[in-house]
Amino acid sequence: MTEPKYTSILKIGIDIGSTTVKVVVLDETDNILYRAYERHFSKVREKTGELLDRASNILDGKQVRILITGSAGLGVAKSAELPFIQEVFATAKAVRSYIPTADSVIELGGEDAKIIFFKGSLEERMNGSCAGGTGAFIDQMATLLNVSVEELDELSQHFEKIYPIASRCGVFAKTDIQPILNQGGRKEDVAASIYQAVVDQTIAGLTQGRSLGETVVFLGGPLYYYQGLRKRFTETLGLDNEHAVFPENGDCFAALGAALSTDGYESIPFGDVLRRIRESVDDATHTNTMPPLFTSQEEYEEFCRRHNSNSPPKTDISSYIGDAWLGVDAGSTTTKLVLIDENCGLLYSYYGSNQGNPVGIVLAELKKIYELTGDRIKIKGSAVTGYGEELIKNAFSMDLGLVETIAHYQAAKHFNPDVDFIIDIGGQDMKCFKIRNGAVDSIFLNEACSSGCGSFIETFARALGYEIGEFSRLGLFVEHPVNLGSRCTVFMNSSVKQAQRDGATVADISAGLSISIVKNAVYKVIRAASADDLGKHIVVQGGTFNNDAVLRSFEQELKRQVTRPVIAGISGAYGAALYAKDTAPENPGLLNRDQLADFTHKARPITCKLCTNHCSLTINTFDNGRRFVSGNRCSRPLGKQKNDLPNLAKWKYDKLRSLAGVPGHRGKIGIPFGLNMFENLPFWHAFFTRLGFEVVLSPESSRSIYRLGQHTIPSDTVCYPAKLMHGHVISLIDEGIDTIFYPCMPYNFDEGAGDNHFNCPVVAYYPELLAANISELEKVRFLNPYFGLHRPKDFAKRAAAYFKGEFGISAHETKEAASAAYKAYEEYKAEIRTKGEEYIRYARENGKKILVMAGRPYHIDPEIGHGIDELAVSYGFVLISEDSISHLVEKEPRKVLNQWTYQSRLYSAARYVCTQADMELIQLVSFGCGIDAITTDETRDILESGGKLYTQIKIDEITNLGAVKIRLRSLIAAVEARERT
Amino acid sequence: MAELVYDETGRLLFTEEMKHEYTIIMPQMLPVMFHLLKRIIELEGYRIEILTSTNREIVETGLKYVHNDTCYPALLVIGQLIEAVQSGRYDPHKVALLISQTGGGCRASNYIHLLRKALKKAGLEYIPVISINLSGLEKNPGFKIPFSVGRRMVYGMMYGDLLVHLGNQCRPYELEKGATDSLISQWTDDLVDLFVHGKGMSRGQMKRYMEKITRDFAAIPKSTEKKIRVGIVGEIYIKYAPLGNNNLEDFLTSEGVEVIVPGITDFMLFKFNNRSVDVDLYGGSKLKKFAIGVAQRYIESCQKIMIGVIKDEGTFRAMGTFADLQELIKGYLGYGNKMGEGWLLTAEMLELIHTGTPNIVCTQPFGCLPNHVVGKGMMRRLKVDFPDSNIVAVDYDPGATRINQENRIKLMLANAKRE
Repeated sequence: MTEPKYTSILKIGIDIGSTTVKVVVLDETDNILYRAYERHFSKVREKTGELLDRASNILDGKQVRILITGSAGLGVAKSAELPFIQEVFATAKAVRSYIPTADSVIELGGEDAKIIFFKGSLEERMNGSCAGGTGAFIDQMATLLNVSVEELDELSQHFEKIYPIASRCGVFAKTDIQPILNQGGRKEDVAASIYQAVVDQTIAGLTQGRSLGETVVFLGGPLYYYQGLRKRFTETLGLDNEHAVFPENGDCFAALGAALSTDGYESIPFGDVLRRIRESVDDATHTNTMPPLFTSQEEYEEFCRRHNSNSPPKTDISSYIGDAWLGVDAGSTTTKLVLIDENCGLLYSYYGSNQGNPVGIVLAELKKIYELTGDRIKIKGSAVTGYGEELIKNAFSMDLGLVETIAHYQAAKHFNPDVDFIIDIGGQDMKCFKIRNGAVDSIFLNEACSSGCGSFIETFARALGYEIGEFSRLGLFVEHPVNLGSRCTVFMNSSVKQAQRDGATVADISAGLSISIVKNAVYKVIRAASADDLGKHIVVQGGTFNNDAVLRSFEQELKRQVTRPVIAGISGAYGAALYAKDTAPENPGLLNRDQLADFTHKARPITCKLCTNHCSLTINTFDNGRRFVSGNRCSRPLGKQKNDLPNLAKWKYDKLRSLAGVPGHRGKIGIPFGLNMFENLPFWHAFFTRLGFEVVLSPESSRSIYRLGQHTIPSDTVCYPAKLMHGHVISLIDEGIDTIFYPCMPYNFDEGAGDNHFNCPVVAYYPELLAANISELEKVRFLNPYFGLHRPKDFAKRAAAYFKGEFGISAHETKEAASAAYKAYEEYKAEIRTKGEEYIRYARENGKKILVMAGRPYHIDPEIGHGIDELAVSYGFVLISEDSISHLVEKEPRKVLNQWTYQSRLYSAARYVCTQADMELIQLVSFGCGIDAITTDETRDILESGGKLYTQIKIDEITNLGAVKIRLRSLIAAVEARERT
Repeated sequence: MAELVYDETGRLLFTEEMKHEYTIIMPQMLPVMFHLLKRIIELEGYRIEILTSTNREIVETGLKYVHNDTCYPALLVIGQLIEAVQSGRYDPHKVALLISQTGGGCRASNYIHLLRKALKKAGLEYIPVISINLSGLEKNPGFKIPFSVGRRMVYGMMYGDLLVHLGNQCRPYELEKGATDSLISQWTDDLVDLFVHGKGMSRGQMKRYMEKITRDFAAIPKSTEKKIRVGIVGEIYIKYAPLGNNNLEDFLTSEGVEVIVPGITDFMLFKFNNRSVDVDLYGGSKLKKFAIGVAQRYIESCQKIMIGVIKDEGTFRAMGTFADLQELIKGYLGYGNKMGEGWLLTAEMLELIHTGTPNIVCTQPFGCLPNHVVGKGMMRRLKVDFPDSNIVAVDYDPGATRINQENRIKLMLANAKRE
C-alpha cells in the first residue's frame, strides 16, 4: 500500500458481527484505503485492535472519524465510548452510494438476516428472535457433514435433488438433515438443500409478500463467499446477472456504510481510538454468572476416581478364543460399535463421528474386527440400535434391531442392577427414562426446540477453533461460568454473543455451555423440580457425559452423585451387544469376512408418488441385491400391502373430505380446510348446502400448499396448522372462488366437560389475521364474521340477520339451514362415537392394542400429523381419536383451568384410557402451541396417576419420523414389559 | 398460628386469622399504580409487599417450577413469588401470595393454577394464594374487597393513569433530575390520604384534584428541546413490568426519547366492553349487559373528565377516549377479538400513529398466542395504510438476550431519527 499523502481526516467504519469483524478505512473523498474481514473467534476486542493495527501505516498519527456498527459492536461502542450506528442503517447508506439502482438488499450475516427495500417506502426488516442463524447455521451444517464450509459450497454445486428442509430455524433444519444423512442421502444434495433452506427462510420470512423489485443486491460474508448459495438465491428469485448484484466488498458493506456515515462526528486521534478499544476490555463486567464446577485439582481427581470405577473388564482381542457378540449404535451424529466376550468383557470398541456416512464407518470397523479376530473368535450374534438401525441392519444382515431406550436400559442394568433412572445425552437426542419393576416406565425425549445436546457444544467448540475435549476441559476450573440460559441453540448463540460483549472468556463460555445442557435436560426435558423426581440410582450415558464438565454440573444441579460407566459414550452399543448375547439368535446372519470384501452400497433419492404424502425416499442398494428403502411412512413403496387395521383418524379425515359441494342456485362458497373446520365442517357444509350454495373445499394440505402462502405469514412462531391456512385461502382464490367463508369463533361448542368452552386465540381469530396479510383477499369477498355455535337459538337469530345483510336470504331460510346444520353436526359426532365403539370391539375381538391419538381435530390432517397414525397402525395398534371416547367419563375438576373445548376432550380421554387395560394414549402437540404448555403436564399427571405411560409427540412442518418411531417403539416395549411383570 | 382451611374443591383458603398473621406478597407490574393500590389495600389492615426483586434467580426459579414453554410473564411472576418465599426473607408459614386473574380464552387465565402447581412442586402447598379479579372468582373469607375499597381502587387506577401519563411527558424534559418522580410519590401519598377521608372519589371532586395534579406537573421546570416520541404497546405484563421488558422504558429514556405508554383505564373499559359485546355477538343476559353498560359508561365519563382537564390546562397532550379507540379499530379487527389485549392492542397502535407517534415498540412474550394476530398480524396492514409507521416487534423470554432486543429497537430509533 502506498504511503498516503493526506493530512486530512480519515474515516473508519468497524462492523463487529456475531462471528466476524469488518474494518474499512476511507480517505476524505471516500476512496477505500484499507479493508479487512476476519473471524473473531469470540475475541472481539483483540481482533478489532489487531485489524486496526494492521492499518497503522495509514492511520498512525492521523485524526479520524469513526463509527462502530454490528450486533456485537453495540457493546464495544458503549464501553469504548465511541459512536454507534445501527448496521441496517449503515448498509443502506453504502448501497445508496454505490448501487443507486438497487430496489432491495438481501444481507446475510453470521446470525442475522436482513432485507432492505428501497423501492417505494424505505423499509428495513430483520429476522425475528426465532429465525436466527444464517452464516452460523451454514457453519453448523458443515460441521454436521464433516466438511469445511468451502467444501460444502463445492458439494452444493453438484446436486441432483433438493430435499425439503425446515427452513425456519437451524435446530429444525438439523432435525431434518440428520435422518437424510443417516439413511444414505447424498452429501451434494444435502448441501444444496441447506442453501435452499436459507434462501426459503430469507425470502419467505423476511419479504412477507413484499416484492423485492427488479434489482437485488446481495451482501454479507456468506453471500460474498459461497457461490452455491448465490446460485440458489438467483435461481429461486429468477434474477439474471444484470439484476442480481454481488458488489465488490459485499462482505464489508456495513463497515463501509459506517465509514461513509461518519460525516459530522467528532474527529479524534487514531491512537485514542485504538487505546479506547483495547482498554474497554478491562471495563467489562458480567454479573450473570454461576458457581464454579470445581474449586481445586484434588476435588477434580476425587471426582474422576469415583467415576472411573464403573467399568467392564477388558479382554485382549488378539489372544481371546471363543464366542463374541456385536452391538452397534448408529446414532444421529456418531456411530458406536462394541464387541463383547462371554463374560461381557470388552473385546473391541469404537466411538466416532459418523461423518455423514454410517454405513462406511461400520464397514471399515467390521473389516478391522475381522482382521483382529482372525478365526479364533466367532461372532454369534449382532444387534443394532439408533437412528440408523434399519439401514445398518439391512446393509450388514445383522440379526436384531432394538429401540435405543431398551439398549440403554440393558447397559445401565449391567452396571447398576438397581438403576431407576437413566439419562442419555447423545449427539442430537436426549433420552431419559424411569425404570419401575424392571421395565422402562416414563420416557422423556427432547423436542426439536430443546437444544443443548452434544452436537451443539461440539459445533460450538469447532467454531471457536477447539477440539471438543480441549474445549470442555477449559471450563473445569473457571471461577465464574457464565449463565447462558437453557432455551434452543439459536437463543444460546445469542446468549454467547451477549456474554462476549460482557467480556466473558472462552473458558467461562465453555463451562456455561456444559451447565446449560444440564439445565435444559433437567428442567425442560424432564421437568424435574428435585433429584427425588428422578430416582435414587441414576445412571448417565451417552457421549456427552464423557465430558466431565457436563457430568459435574449434572451432579451439582441434582445435588446427588450419579453413576457414569467409563463406557458412557458407547453404552447404547454395549447394551445392544448384551441384548444380542441374551437373545442368542439361532442363525447369526452378520456378513462374514468374504462377504464384506464384495460389499457395495449405493443410495439414490426418489420421491414416492404412491400417495399425496410424496415422501422423499432413499433407495439403498447393496451387493447381492439387498435393498433398503428409507423415508417412507407406510409400507406401500416397499411393495407390500397396506396394513388394514382400523384407523379412526383416517376415517374421520376421509369422511370430512367426502363432504362434496352440491351445485346450487346461490353459487359457490369456498371454505379453507384447516384448523376448526376439521370440527365444524359438517355443520357449515350442511348449512350452506341447505341455503343453495355449492361448498368448495380447499385442496388437501401439503408442503406446496404451505409454500403457496408462506410469504404471507407474519409470525413465524405460530403453529403449523395455522400457517397452512394461508395456502388454503390462496389456493381457493387461485381456483377462482370469489366468496370465501371463514368465521371468527372465540367460543367452541359447550360439551359440559370443562369450566368454559373457548377456542384458543389462534383458532379464534386467525381469519382476521388472514384478512390483514393476504393481499389477494382484497379481490374476493372474504366473509369472516364472529359466530358462536354454543347457543343454537341465538346463532340462528344472528346468522339470519347476517345472511340477510350479505345475501338477502330470508330469516326463515337461514333458520332452517341452521337447524339442518346442527343436525348434521350431531350426526357426525354420533358417528365418530359409534365408529369408536366398533373399532374398540374389533381390537378386543382380534387381540389388538388400542391407541388413542389425542390432539386437536386438525391433527388428523396427514400434512400436520405426518402420517403418525399410519405408522402407529403399522406397529399393530388399532387407532381411535380422543373425541370418540371423551364423552365416556363424567366431568371432574382439574388442577388447571379447563376452559378450552378441545383440551377438555383431551383430559377426559386420558381419564377414560386410565380405566381401560388395553388402551394407551399419545398426545400430539403442535410446535408453538402455548396452550399445550399447560395441557401436557396435566395430561401426563392424569395418565401417570392412572398407571399409564405418557407419550408426547411434538409436530411441526418438519417430518422427523425417526423421533416418532423411538417414542412409539419405546411405548410398545414398555407396555410389553409391563405385561410380563 | 392460623389453621389451614380448605373449601369443598380442596382450595386452600385465606382466613380471617391469616389476615392478622400473614404478609401478602404480590408481584410488581405497574410501579406507580401498584404502589397506590397497595396503600389502599393496606388501609384495610392487610400487610402487603410488592416484590421489586430483579435478581437472576427469579428466572431460574421460574424455569424450575413452571413448564418452560409457558409464557414468560407466568414464568417471571411465579418465579418471583417462589423465589421470595424461598429466599428466607419471610416466614413461609406466614405468607400468602396475591395474583390477579383475568379469565378469558388466553392461557394467562391459568396463571393462578400454574402458581398452585408450582407451589406444590416446591413443597410449599401450605401457602394460600389469593385471586384478585373483577369476575367474583375464588372467594376467600379473610380477603374481601368491600364496595368502598373497590371504589377507591377504581379511582386509584384512574388517578394512577393520570400520574403516569403526565409523568412520561415531564420526565425527559425535567431540568431538575428526579423532580417528576418525587411529584408522583408526593401525589400518591396525598391521594391515599384523600381516599381515607372519603375525598376525591366523585366525578366532581376528581375533576378538581386532577386539575391540581395537572397544574403541579405543568409547573415542573422543563426544557423545550424536541424529542422523538416512542410508544410502547403489547402484552400487559411485558408492556408495563420493568422485570419483564428488561427496563425498556429506562433504555428508551437513555436513548433520548420520550416514552408513551397507553394507560390501564382503557384496558379495564375493554374488559367491561367485552362482556356486553359477547351478549351482542352470541346472546346472553340483557340485564347483565345493561349492568355492565352502566359501569362502563361511568368509567368512560370519568375518563372524559381526565381528558378535559388535561386539554383545558393546555400544557400536555391528552389521551384519546375509549370511544376513539373503538372507532379507530373499525376495518381492522372485530370487537369480539378479546383474548389477551385483543383489539385494544391494535387500536392503541392506531391511536399512537394518528397522534403523531408512529414509532412503536410492540412487546410480547415469545410465542404469545393473541399477539400473533393483534400484534405481529396487524403490522403489514398498518404499514400499508400508514407508510410512515415504524413499528418493531420485540419478543421477551428467558433466553432472549438484551443485545438482540436492543439492536432491533436501535434500528427502529434510527428510522425514527431520520425523519
